[in-house]
Amino acid sequence: METIEKFRLDTRDWLIANCPESQRQPIIKDQQIWGGRRRSFYCEDAKLWFERMRDRGWTAPSWPTQYGGGGMSSEQAKILDQEMKALGCRPALYDIGLWMFGPALLEYGTEEQKQEHIPKIVRGEIRWAQGYSEPSAGSDLASLKTRAEDKGDHFLVNGTKMWTTQGDKSDWIFCLVRTDNDAPKQQGISFLLIDMATEGVLARPMELINGDLEFCQTFFDDVKVPKNNLVGKLNEGWSVAKALLKYERNMMSIMSSIVEKEEGDIVAIAKHYVGLDSSGKLANNSLRSQLTEHLMRAQGDALNALRLYQQHKSGVVDGGLGLTLKYLSTSEQQHKDELLLAIMGNRGLSWHDPIFSKSEKKTVKNWAYNKAHTIAGGTSEIQLNIIAKKALQLPS
Amino acid sequence: MSMVLNEEQRLLQDTIDDFLSSNAPIEQLRHLRDSHDEKGYSIDLWQQLTDLGIPSILMPEEFGGFGFGFKGLGAVMQQMGRNLTASPLFSTVVLGASTIELGGTESQQKALLPSISAGQLTLALAVDETHHHQPLNSATSLLDQDGQLIITGKKVFVLDGHSADKLVVVARSSGNTGDPEGLSLVLVDSDAAGVQIDRTKYMDGRNAANIIFNNVLVSHDQVIGDLGKARTILQKVLDRGVIAMSAEMLGGCQEVFDRTLQYLCDREQFGVKIGTFQALQHRAALMFCQIERSKSAVLSALASIDENSSDSSLQASLAKTLINDCYQHVSNEAIQMHGGMGITDELDIGLFLKRARVSMQILGDSDFHKNRYAELNGY
Repeated sequence: METIEKFRLDTRDWLIANCPESQRQPIIKDQQIWGGRRRSFYCEDAKLWFERMRDRGWTAPSWPTQYGGGGMSSEQAKILDQEMKALGCRPALYDIGLWMFGPALLEYGTEEQKQEHIPKIVRGEIRWAQGYSEPSAGSDLASLKTRAEDKGDHFLVNGTKMWTTQGDKSDWIFCLVRTDNDAPKQQGISFLLIDMATEGVLARPMELINGDLEFCQTFFDDVKVPKNNLVGKLNEGWSVAKALLKYERNMMSIMSSIVEKEEGDIVAIAKHYVGLDSSGKLANNSLRSQLTEHLMRAQGDALNALRLYQQHKSGVVDGGLGLTLKYLSTSEQQHKDELLLAIMGNRGLSWHDPIFSKSEKKTVKNWAYNKAHTIAGGTSEIQLNIIAKKALQLPS
Repeated sequence: MSMVLNEEQRLLQDTIDDFLSSNAPIEQLRHLRDSHDEKGYSIDLWQQLTDLGIPSILMPEEFGGFGFGFKGLGAVMQQMGRNLTASPLFSTVVLGASTIELGGTESQQKALLPSISAGQLTLALAVDETHHHQPLNSATSLLDQDGQLIITGKKVFVLDGHSADKLVVVARSSGNTGDPEGLSLVLVDSDAAGVQIDRTKYMDGRNAANIIFNNVLVSHDQVIGDLGKARTILQKVLDRGVIAMSAEMLGGCQEVFDRTLQYLCDREQFGVKIGTFQALQHRAALMFCQIERSKSAVLSALASIDENSSDSSLQASLAKTLINDCYQHVSNEAIQMHGGMGITDELDIGLFLKRARVSMQILGDSDFHKNRYAELNGY
């Protein structure tokens, strides 16, 4: 107990001494430090903070020191996280490799693969992308068609992947590829690592309905991939992907906790645009009622998440609750976005024209972007299928 | 705010579950309904529940209570909702005893709480006067004529009002209809001169009463709390009632949902179980999501009473609105998914539908609670 308390104090002292003041402000999206060959720093302080954390292995505090990680126990890593939050320290590095791919590789990779890839993730030298979905394989992911043919000393990869987040800024991509055309769908799939600098790889940004360019379509045209880039056994990539899913869920929760809170308080926004009547009520009765319904559902969702957490902590878990969260929270976000537009009226119709304020433009842009929430990471319809089968045990 | 039950509360839940499903199944409600039972609940059952200590569940330990707290009460209310159990627990204990516990003098508590624990005294709260719950709109007057208090007015939808031994009456000492100040709480014997009680039968098989107070004389020691200053106590009592009723509704809602799921697994049409149809699976999954969300709100509200939180009123309105809307939706879907059999009296599904609608009105419908939630949030 004494040593853990000492660890906390030492950690705190180090953070205070080494985290520049400017890196203790709430993070905004443009200032996140993503790793990779093309990484850049918006200011010297960010670079300094990143390098100091990197050199201690604290960008990946609980990974083994032999691969450059911090070597902390989960308890120590939690303390570091708590102390960083308490001091308001920004995360020093953002990366899919750090949150999702790295933990899976540590579990399933060969020693050689770990030594090659893990230290570069810790040090922010390589930025990873995910290559799962394809133009004709979305919810039905196992129908994917990107082929990797065995050519003796290498695989020859042909096909295309969709929704590669920041694909044009990434260095390597972990992909699900078909290695056996004759096997039943899920059994002919392998998990392959591809250097995006290889000849024949092209990542082309796709413009979204809100003008953003954060997703790419990635093309593979006769791409030669060394055979030791295969993770797990040949044709058993589906189980690696399934194992990686749990880290993806962790990542979603990390992302949501570090995501910049972009919207203001919706009650204040409603008061501003709609006004109050003489008795202090929102002047539009219907909007007042819709606002209340939204706040109540959102509060219910927050309590759902809290209840799930309490169940895990007490060890009394009833299976179904956790399955409802994605469906409920993403639907509610969209209700909220629509309500914000209704509240803003004709001030909520553009992100192009300079007559609109920064927050108005942002709200409208988010409204469009958030349509992705009920599609990405398992559509709402897939969520309902899972609930019907797993929680309600309805027959198939 | 822990929404998870502790060991003792879980034990209580299991005990009451076993007891009610064998001693107070839904057939008992059917029997009470069809035999036009005078009380509207089984006296034997109430005695058995008393022997189990259920009326003492909330009471402080010095009055024979067990201190299971509101979460313990919530577990019991949920099981009563599942079994559609008719009992004086809600009106006598949650509303009546709470009023005395929160607002009564020591001598009032000593005189009344032990007899409630022993199952010898039943109470009813007379608050509503119009079609909709609006407690501040009470117009029933409490006049002070040279030290003699006189109640005049009319109350409606008084739950268990036809069978209670004493009535807790919300009456106005001063101010106008709608004023939050000026209300008093008065304990009146049901057989006092000038009290006219007319039983009202509701479609859920439970009973309530319309009550007229015609110059009813009461004394100062029948007043609970200070004259004209009942606001805080009344609000606390009503919040407790709203939350406990929400727990009952949650139980009923879960039961009618479970029965519907079972039906989807059993019923065959077109040569397959109807539960294989995605159109029905998605509707069932949507109900499940809504139930889980309402459940979190109800469990959190129950915990808020135990923890004496300052936001219990907000939580009460949140819980009641979510469960009102949820029970309404789920009971409608239950009928639809049971098809033609769903609209027969032979199946119990309709009994849940009717209880849902009555309980949705008890201590405030969704409009009332949404409005209150908005006011408490300052818009």
